[in-house]
Amino acid sequence: MPSEQPKARKPRRGEAVTEPLWIRCALTAVALGFLGLLLMLPLAAIFVQAFEKGWEAYLAALTDPETIAAIRLTLLVAAVAVPLNTVFGVAAAWAISKFEFPGKNLLTTLIDLPYSVSPVIAGMIFVLLFAPGGWFGPWLEAIHLKIIFAVPGMILATLFVTFPFVARELIPLMQSQGIEEEEAARALGAGGWQIFWRVTLPNIKWGLLYGIILCNARCMGEFGAVSVVSGVALTLTLQVESLYKQNMTAAFAVASLLTLLGVVTLVLKSLLEWKIPKQTAEEAMGYCGD
Amino acid sequence: MSIEVQNIRKTFGSFTALDGVSLTVGAGELVALLGPSGSGKTTLLRIIAGLEQSDPGSGPILFHDEDVGGRRIGDRAVGFVFQHYALFRHMTVFDNVAFGLRVRPRKSRPSDALIRHKVDQLLQLVQLDTFATRYPHQLSGGQRQRVALARALAIEPKVLLLDEPFGALDAKVRQELRRWLRRLHDEIHVTSVFVTHDQEEALELADRVVVMNEGRIEQIGAPDEVFHHPATEFVMNFLGQVNLFGGRVEEGKIHFSTVAFDAPEHAQLQNQPVKVFIRPHEFEVGEFTDGQTCIRATISRINSAGPNVRLLLMAETGESLSVELPQERFRQLKLQAGSQVYLTPRGLKVFGDDYVI
Repeated sequence: MPSEQPKARKPRRGEAVTEPLWIRCALTAVALGFLGLLLMLPLAAIFVQAFEKGWEAYLAALTDPETIAAIRLTLLVAAVAVPLNTVFGVAAAWAISKFEFPGKNLLTTLIDLPYSVSPVIAGMIFVLLFAPGGWFGPWLEAIHLKIIFAVPGMILATLFVTFPFVARELIPLMQSQGIEEEEAARALGAGGWQIFWRVTLPNIKWGLLYGIILCNARCMGEFGAVSVVSGVALTLTLQVESLYKQNMTAAFAVASLLTLLGVVTLVLKSLLEWKIPKQTAEEAMGYCGD
Repeated sequence: MSIEVQNIRKTFGSFTALDGVSLTVGAGELVALLGPSGSGKTTLLRIIAGLEQSDPGSGPILFHDEDVGGRRIGDRAVGFVFQHYALFRHMTVFDNVAFGLRVRPRKSRPSDALIRHKVDQLLQLVQLDTFATRYPHQLSGGQRQRVALARALAIEPKVLLLDEPFGALDAKVRQELRRWLRRLHDEIHVTSVFVTHDQEEALELADRVVVMNEGRIEQIGAPDEVFHHPATEFVMNFLGQVNLFGGRVEEGKIHFSTVAFDAPEHAQLQNQPVKVFIRPHEFEVGEFTDGQTCIRATISRINSAGPNVRLLLMAETGESLSVELPQERFRQLKLQAGSQVYLTPRGLKVFGDDYVI
């Protein structure tokens, strides 16, 4: 509670590391100019383009049956991929941060694999495995299951690409929290599930939410891997690309949706970032001061 | 409930943490495991608790003559207090203490009203009844430690195990909490073992002290016994400050520095090298020589802040010595840095290669 802790006054930067005013202004201006040129200008351009032919054209583009279908499909892919990767991410992070077992380093490395593999290659891998001429192709054909150039393939590709997001977010957090609380719970007679639900999960909830939000943003924004395995049905990103060749305004209208998603993600992310350090700082502060 | 462990071994890779340790703790006793870091004391405590498994080939772990070696910690009915408290950070003090009762299987779980009653009682016992709705980060270190203790006691443990319970606290809080824990133990009489590297804490708090070093037990005894009759050089050295002299035994006398003492019981030893230990308070400080038994030394530093005055001296033979004397005596002698004094050893402990005098 703030009332109990003495308010920590921020130590002022020493004079020694301060630059003259004009240098500071110049550096700030360069940074802002760069940001404006590379981030703000394109962002504005999207909305300008989207509304070029007015509100009605914008709404018409968004309510087009194909666009609606793309929104649906994007939501479907995210609705499957995000929960699966959440469960996987929590399980992996739990195993890695709380237990010692052979192959732990290998697992940690494997989780990072999707980061280092280009999404297009990721898509190709699935084509190689599941396409009619691929390894499992004949067998899939025999049971009349179409994965590649269909929705299951898009979900698989998205799963692969967004695999690390939740786990990567949680592992450092859980490692820093240690296993003492879990040991304490075990000493008090709690079982594995009780420890997870009552002790571990509440401790990681903000980090977990952060990971889920990032995972979701990537799910909805993924293009490369999904485009390789997609068929007739398109997600929002693919829809933007397809419209781009025919109808600029409609393409930017749909793009503006994705941009809004990005902005919402960014706001949520900042909110959580503000929440997480505050929480840990409060605890850290409490733990060292008597 | 008594605790008995026999021939416990534990290795971590190539490091031997415990090398065949056997120990018995009587019912209702308060025992300290004392040793430097790496001596295996925490590992022993964690093995007794069931947080670690001893290596195959180790002897049994008996609680009241019943082998609990195969049981998990949750089934051993031990209360464990962690060095850094390990309170559940997202739960209030009340919920922390209630945790052990709430996670019980439905049929043995007390009713909510009973849990409430019991937690209130425990919080009263640890004098934190007004803090029930606070979170751990809103408490001081000493308060947190008491919550951890109340939480451990909530499951009515047969054995209470504490890992460096006061390690993370300020000196002053530590002392208060130490006395408080002793009073609490006298009240509830649960068999308790605590780990510490602070000899003062072990000597003040425990009924018996187990001094450990490099995975072995050096000595077990009452505080008085281990302090005044150390069994080994290590125990002598670890329990308080010492001055060390290299000496030898010859013709029934111990020679070291510029002095010689009679040791008729070792008349048969010829020119045997020994180590002579003298605690700082076991020197008589005088202005004049009394002949044979004095060491002449020059005071190099005086620290008079404290109940006793501590002197750092340089003996004429080159050893650096530390000596403690009462304030009164210090004022009588009008000592100053640079003055020369004569030190007469009043008590000494001699260790040879394989014997103790």
